Amino acid sequence: MEDLHHAETPATDIPPRFHTGRLPNSKSGDGKPRLLLMGQRRSGKSSISSVVFHKLAPSETLYLETTTHIKKESMHSFMDFQVWDFPGHLDYFDPIIDTENIFQEIGALIWVIDAQDEYLDAIQRLNTTILNLHHTYPTINVEVFVHKVDGLSDDYKSDTFRDISQRVQDELADHGYDNAPVSFYSTSIYDHSIFEAFSKVIQKLIPQLPALENLLNNLCQTCRVEKAYLFDIMSKIYIATDTSPTDIASYEVCSDYIDTVIDISEIYGWDRPAEDGSAELLETGNDDAESLVVFERKGSHYLYLREINKYLALVCIMNDEGPGEKKALLDYDVRRFQEGLKEMFPRTDRDVPPTEGAASGQPSG
Amino acid sequence: MNSTKRHKQRKVLLMGKSGAGKSSMRSIVFSNYVAKDVRRLGATIDVEHSNIKFMGNLMLNLWDCGGQDGFVDNYLTSQRTYVFGSVAVLIFVFDIESREFAADVVSYSNIIRALSENSPSAKVFCLIHKMDLVQSRLRAQLFEERAAYIKSASEGFAETVEFFATSIWDQSLYKAWTQIIYQLIPNAGAIESLLNELAEIIDARELILYERTTCLMVTHVTRVAETSNPFIDRFERISSILKTHKQSMARHTGIPAGSANFASLQIKTGRFMFFITRLTENTNLAASIPASEQVFNSARVNIMLVRPKFAELDIAAKTRPAIQQAFAHSADSEGAPSRERERERERERKGDVFGDENGNGSYRGKGKEREVHAFGGEFED
Repeated sequence: MEDLHHAETPATDIPPRFHTGRLPNSKSGDGKPRLLLMGQRRSGKSSISSVVFHKLAPSETLYLETTTHIKKESMHSFMDFQVWDFPGHLDYFDPIIDTENIFQEIGALIWVIDAQDEYLDAIQRLNTTILNLHHTYPTINVEVFVHKVDGLSDDYKSDTFRDISQRVQDELADHGYDNAPVSFYSTSIYDHSIFEAFSKVIQKLIPQLPALENLLNNLCQTCRVEKAYLFDIMSKIYIATDTSPTDIASYEVCSDYIDTVIDISEIYGWDRPAEDGSAELLETGNDDAESLVVFERKGSHYLYLREINKYLALVCIMNDEGPGEKKALLDYDVRRFQEGLKEMFPRTDRDVPPTEGAASGQPSG
Repeated sequence: MNSTKRHKQRKVLLMGKSGAGKSSMRSIVFSNYVAKDVRRLGATIDVEHSNIKFMGNLMLNLWDCGGQDGFVDNYLTSQRTYVFGSVAVLIFVFDIESREFAADVVSYSNIIRALSENSPSAKVFCLIHKMDLVQSRLRAQLFEERAAYIKSASEGFAETVEFFATSIWDQSLYKAWTQIIYQLIPNAGAIESLLNELAEIIDARELILYERTTCLMVTHVTRVAETSNPFIDRFERISSILKTHKQSMARHTGIPAGSANFASLQIKTGRFMFFITRLTENTNLAASIPASEQVFNSARVNIMLVRPKFAELDIAAKTRPAIQQAFAHSADSEGAPSRERERERERERKGDVFGDENGNGSYRGKGKEREVHAFGGEFED
């Protein structure tokens, strides 16, 4: 419970000029969407939150203790949000629990179902929850993670997935709730699927998403970028991508690429003694990291990464002959994109001092 | 001079008890396996030979020797001279989890005896493997104990044997193999001095030369500003990072991992700039330089110009002059002279950058001398 005081402080005392991810049913002054992780016990809720938000190695999650009380964590990223990890055995509609407090400003309810286990009970409980919430908080997104699918064969995986989603929809329809706002994802902590699912969940909570997608679309068109992702660096969730079809492979490439860049930066980005610094520091304008990988094979992809601000990085996949001459154009356009983003998320102004010198400081040759 | 003698064949024996992890290790380092995929490997029957081209002039002739008792008896008796003759390096893998450590060491000393009879000048490396299975606080102590015990059983090699704690799940594997490979490179000295000079000219903080398929470091040069880098394990970390990146590329683009190489990688931040570029046919050069566009650009140009210089150290790059000339004449009589002129121009430009032709000349001489020397000893058999 101690970690809550952070979550209760408003992000900023200046009222935001633009909407910063506040939800229709959230309290005024607190713009933090809340993600609730719920599901049967041992379905993998704490593992998910540790892997995605604390970078725990998937194999280490075996040693996690059973969650006994509601764990509230506040994430500070491009937008602040809270993750509430619920113990599986709790009955939320017990009168002693303040449901209003829990569900009032929730952004999304993530229901985790263990696909390797008997799931009928889980579906039963999920449906009860949905029906209960349906009347009081109709705007809540319900996201069902069909989890631990790594242990299943491909056929069995899709069968299970279909069976679960069918059962949930059918039962809800039987209770007179048609077209419930429930989405399904098949996830596993051993590959990128959990990050992709989380990305989609979070994207629904970003009111600026259409505008972001437009910006990215423009960038892709002008620079002939094949696919562009805007990543949250810490969690490697992508908060937006252009509207061309997304496949998991391109997400994985970009996500692994961020890892590579971060790992190398860690090695050489250590705090150097100032002795050789003075002359060098004056010269550079670009504090935002950028990176480029060109592949050996003709016509194959190349990757471009640029740090947008403290939290976000833009990763582009391009499929073209040599990036050499286009690099300057890309740099310029990405900087425009960066400015656009700053207007959209005013809080970035607060965290990153404006780098006016950056645009002119870079030598052209 | 026959063309086959131009390649430096170095025989490397990989031995140890059955199931110790020899083939797993080999697959990860040389065949781009991912650590979790090695459980698919079956037991090695007899000896599996693999020839690995490393750095053009160095050909590793790796003998992965199946560790089941029947095979080992064979190696020690009927195949004794065949297996243990003209060995450059013996890598003996101990399983840290082994229940019969004493028996392993007995088998080890038998092999050591056979080795000292047939190739007394070989170098021995002991890898104490699967360290990930030991609790991390006990690792160092257990490793020391085992190493001391094995050392006492190493007879003639007791002075030179080297020990490494390894695991396929972290970069320790790369640390050990980097050391092993370094032993085998015939002209390391020449490469290093050339790298040193290059680092001086481009004002690099650090240069790392690595082999591109295995991502194993060949050598590195660290200058003043970087010597206090707190990450002393950064070389094996970089090997591991690059290998992971290569595998991720291969997995998601459908290119076989062997050919998923990048032509260049660059990272620019306010604190440092880092780039990797091709240097010779099978080596890449990674450079960490101060955060300055000027230094960055001039470094890239200089490295481009110095490539032929390193290619000379790589004998394979100027393969079989006789054959090549014959082809050049028959295919296009026009192309050869122009290429010659190109090379001439390259040499001039190089002169500009280095400023000192004499200095370069002396390097070339040194490198060659060493190689010739080494050849003479190697191919007697």
